[in-house]
Amino acid sequence: MTGMPAGAVDEGALRVLVPRVLAGLVRRGEDFGAAEDALQEAFIEALRTWPDHPPRDPQAWLAAVATRRLVDARRSEAARRRREDVVAAEPPPPPSDAVGDDTLFLLFCCCHPGLAPASQVALTLRAVGGLTTREIADGFFVPEATMAQRISRAKRALRGRSLDAPGDLAVVLRVLYLVYAAGHAGRVDLAAEAIRLARQLTLATDEPEARGLLALMLLNHARLPARFDADGRLVPLDRQDRGLWDTRQIAEGVRVLQSALALQRPGRHQIEAAIAALHDDAASADETDWPQILAWYDDLVALTDDPVRRDPAAVLGRAIAVGHVHGPAAGLRETDRLRQTLGDRHRWHAARGHLHERAGDLAAAAECYAEAARLATNVAERDHLIRRAAAVRALDR
Amino acid sequence: MPKYLLLKHYRGGPEPHRSVPPIDQWAPEDVEAHMAFQNHVSEMLERNGEYVDARALAPARTWVRYGGPDAAPVTTDGPHPETSDLIAGWWMIDVESHERALEIAAYASSEPGPGGEPLCEWIEVREVMWERPAGDAEAA
Repeated sequence: MTGMPAGAVDEGALRVLVPRVLAGLVRRGEDFGAAEDALQEAFIEALRTWPDHPPRDPQAWLAAVATRRLVDARRSEAARRRREDVVAAEPPPPPSDAVGDDTLFLLFCCCHPGLAPASQVALTLRAVGGLTTREIADGFFVPEATMAQRISRAKRALRGRSLDAPGDLAVVLRVLYLVYAAGHAGRVDLAAEAIRLARQLTLATDEPEARGLLALMLLNHARLPARFDADGRLVPLDRQDRGLWDTRQIAEGVRVLQSALALQRPGRHQIEAAIAALHDDAASADETDWPQILAWYDDLVALTDDPVRRDPAAVLGRAIAVGHVHGPAAGLRETDRLRQTLGDRHRWHAARGHLHERAGDLAAAAECYAEAARLATNVAERDHLIRRAAAVRALDR
Repeated sequence: MPKYLLLKHYRGGPEPHRSVPPIDQWAPEDVEAHMAFQNHVSEMLERNGEYVDARALAPARTWVRYGGPDAAPVTTDGPHPETSDLIAGWWMIDVESHERALEIAAYASSEPGPGGEPLCEWIEVREVMWERPAGDAEAA
């Protein structure tokens, strides 16, 4: 790491150092929560002092300042413990080098299966992503105090737990997907943050599902510029201006997906990424390779026993593909099976509206879109569904 | 400055001034005009420095109460789910006066409906209780 230029702190470069320094502290045997607090203070100190006094070695500087804070904190903590007559436990020995990479090690800490998903997400963004509590709170539209509480509860929950056991990669992938799905509506682009973290993860593990998740995120994120028009209206996939799609992200997504599929250990994320890639690959909606998409959906639903109940979203996606390959009536029959599980969700009604519309039954389509609008939980989607209902009714007149 | 909630309702409130079908049955251009006006009101409030918050509520609702020790919460969707008052969403505003709140509410109610005619929807205006600024109590 070279020295920073005077006058400005590159926050992005600074944030990249956070997981490295933190992993070093935790491996050395420091308490995770205490180390994270100390590093956060060092981070703020860096933003304050580096513009005038750029360090020669930023990573060493952060580690040194954080260590000093830890020592200070331990002194006052030790004094408190002596007063309370509690025998302080020895810090656990530094874990063996079973986990090679700092990022992976920290992700396993933050995504500890003992934590609630909301805590895993918050802790990951702070300790691995290097985001401030304020930024994370903004991303999830909650007050800063609420997010601070979530983070400190998570750190308390981690205290005393062994952090050297290999973690559960499936949990890490789920957490990263949650971060991605939280989107980009706030001041912090959490989708881009999730992609950054997933990219780091793929550098740390060869697991194909990690690459599958990164590919899925890239291939969906690439369409973001076309997903809303200039007035903020939602534009569905088949009406998007494909010239606005981010071809660089698509190319990276396809490359990552191919390297995952080459390992021949398929999984949910790889399959979903393959479906996204087929959409991205079509020059127009009419040129979409629906038979191949349907084949991937067949693989996706086959991953789960009783997919209608346990993976209804996949069955619904497959029904749309069936509608394109075998006709809308066949697609509608497939959705019938989901009435029990998805009948109160807007997506089920929206999908049926789409199938009825393609079958030419505009009155039924309008009813479905209107019902979907009533059940929507997102303003942009609701407004879009109201527009679809009004549009097909107008055609029907 | 006092804060007010301007509440929009799916149903309930005084007898509608103008009876209109549900929005999904309007002409597409009327739907567009109506939605554009909603955004315009929020943007106007932001430009004026009067905007605090705006939210829409999904119509589905559940009433819930404590069910007693070792019992599940008791839920219902209401005694008269088809006729009772149902809030659709709100603007929260921070304005000079009650009069200004009424003025904004009336403007919001002028939103275009079918045929572009003002909808004249009833808007409920409620003052929000808030912390007094420090020193205000002594001054009063």
